[in-house]
Amino acid sequence: MRGIDLEVARGEILAFLGPNGAGKTTTTEILEGFRKRTAGDVRVLGTDPEHAGPDWRARIGVVLQTNAPERLLTVRECLSMYAGYYPRPLSVNRVLELTGLTEKTDSRCDQLSGGQQRRLDVALALIGDPELIFLDEPTTGFDPTARRLTWDVVSGLRDLGKTIFLTTHFMDEAEALADRIMILAAGRIVASGTPQTIGGRDIDATVISFTLPDGRTAAQLPTLPGQLGQHPSAQRAHGRVEISVPEPMPALHALTEWAMANGLPLADISVQRPSLEDIYLRLTAGDGGTR
Amino acid sequence: MSTASLVAHQARYDLRVFLRDPRARGFTLALPLLLLLLFGYIFRHEVFNYTGVSIPGDSYYLPRMIVLGIASVTLSNLVVVLVAKRETGALKRRRATPVQPVVLIGGDVITSEVSALAIVVVLSVVGWAVFGVHQTAAGAGAVIVTAVIGTAALCGVAYAVATLIKSIDAAGPLVMLIMFTLNAISGIYIPENLFPAWLRDIAQVLPIRPLAVAMQAAFDPRTNGGRLFAWPDLLIVAAWGVAGALFAVRRFSWSPSQA
Repeated sequence: MRGIDLEVARGEILAFLGPNGAGKTTTTEILEGFRKRTAGDVRVLGTDPEHAGPDWRARIGVVLQTNAPERLLTVRECLSMYAGYYPRPLSVNRVLELTGLTEKTDSRCDQLSGGQQRRLDVALALIGDPELIFLDEPTTGFDPTARRLTWDVVSGLRDLGKTIFLTTHFMDEAEALADRIMILAAGRIVASGTPQTIGGRDIDATVISFTLPDGRTAAQLPTLPGQLGQHPSAQRAHGRVEISVPEPMPALHALTEWAMANGLPLADISVQRPSLEDIYLRLTAGDGGTR
Repeated sequence: MSTASLVAHQARYDLRVFLRDPRARGFTLALPLLLLLLFGYIFRHEVFNYTGVSIPGDSYYLPRMIVLGIASVTLSNLVVVLVAKRETGALKRRRATPVQPVVLIGGDVITSEVSALAIVVVLSVVGWAVFGVHQTAAGAGAVIVTAVIGTAALCGVAYAVATLIKSIDAAGPLVMLIMFTLNAISGIYIPENLFPAWLRDIAQVLPIRPLAVAMQAAFDPRTNGGRLFAWPDLLIVAAWGVAGALFAVRRFSWSPSQA
């Protein structure tokens, strides 16, 4: 880590994004009190995690990257055992319900599917009724159904007013769950914002693309208001044209007016805002740590 | 919950895990029982000259198979359990809760003690019923005290050994190697009167032989000048436990080695 500043507000879901090796788990482990920092100041729930005691740990819940169920205990036994560690635990039945594990109550932990084991991890993080929950890559290796189920569980935690610190390298996960996103690359925070505005996503260029009508060349196209560059930025294979503009409305107006006047259909026109993935790839470019 | 009731809470679940683990049951209870029946039968008519006292073969093996059981509970089972808990991240997971280390250690020690006492009872009953090895009430008390001290001490050694093993795959074979060698030179499998004196001297400064000697005394005080408790031997065992615990405290890690 090369020095990062971050703050998480109570009741917020913060997604910490970054390629593998960017420092997500290192940061999380410092915040959880598992790892000593070499410099800087850290306060989690008002306490320095490095010197925090049992009272502090009673207020946090942790889902580690590797899941470690007590394989020979049942789901209920496992939750009851962990409940005993906390001063004011939630009831086991309530946590089973919140995490959708009610039907698996009497199954042994080693007989659960990957997704169910992950939900058990979330259940164990919840049993102590924490104020703050750390979720380290909660859906890595999941099939799409299991991911959605876990997302539902996390959304449910938001409704309970929990503060959640989520690390992930899935854009859609961050976009679906987070109030705020921070992108980490090579040990630094390179962007921070809401899923809608991060990295200038809201003010970034919109891409208008369409296939050139037969017999027309890119040079014959009108210059659109605000168009970036003299000519359409690229003429791709199959005569497809992409034009980047900061404001889509005036450009679209000019383009469609021209098309109408010339009797051209522009049937496959599309207008695309930059996706979170575009932003992410741009911001993390050059950080070699990719899977 | 108070610390004591939390330890009881933890021990309940640890015991449940122990009872559900076929490997744990097999090595700790089945193996000593099987070997007691086997050795007791083979050597039932033999008489060993042991520290100047003649004792029949079955009376030699009963205390030693109990010691084998205690060693299996601690140096074999507990070591493997500790390495597995650490390397799978289960220990780290518990570190993220408010639970105090003393509760987790208490759970391990109580589980080991309960298992050891079960072994004492089962093997003593079989030794009496099958081979007619008799025991007085005072002797039974000495056996139990000796077993409790030995188990607690070997738990300390187990914690130390667990810090030296870095992977679950290595734990099983390494533990087998340590156990087999230590037991073999401590007269657990082969009658000690066949050993050269120097081998007994080496074994006497390791933890298993002194425990076997103390257990033998509790069953047959004639081997210990008429005293049920072989305190000097128990002191050696306890010293190993303290040394092991101190070593473990210095090297203990909550997190997996290959993190």
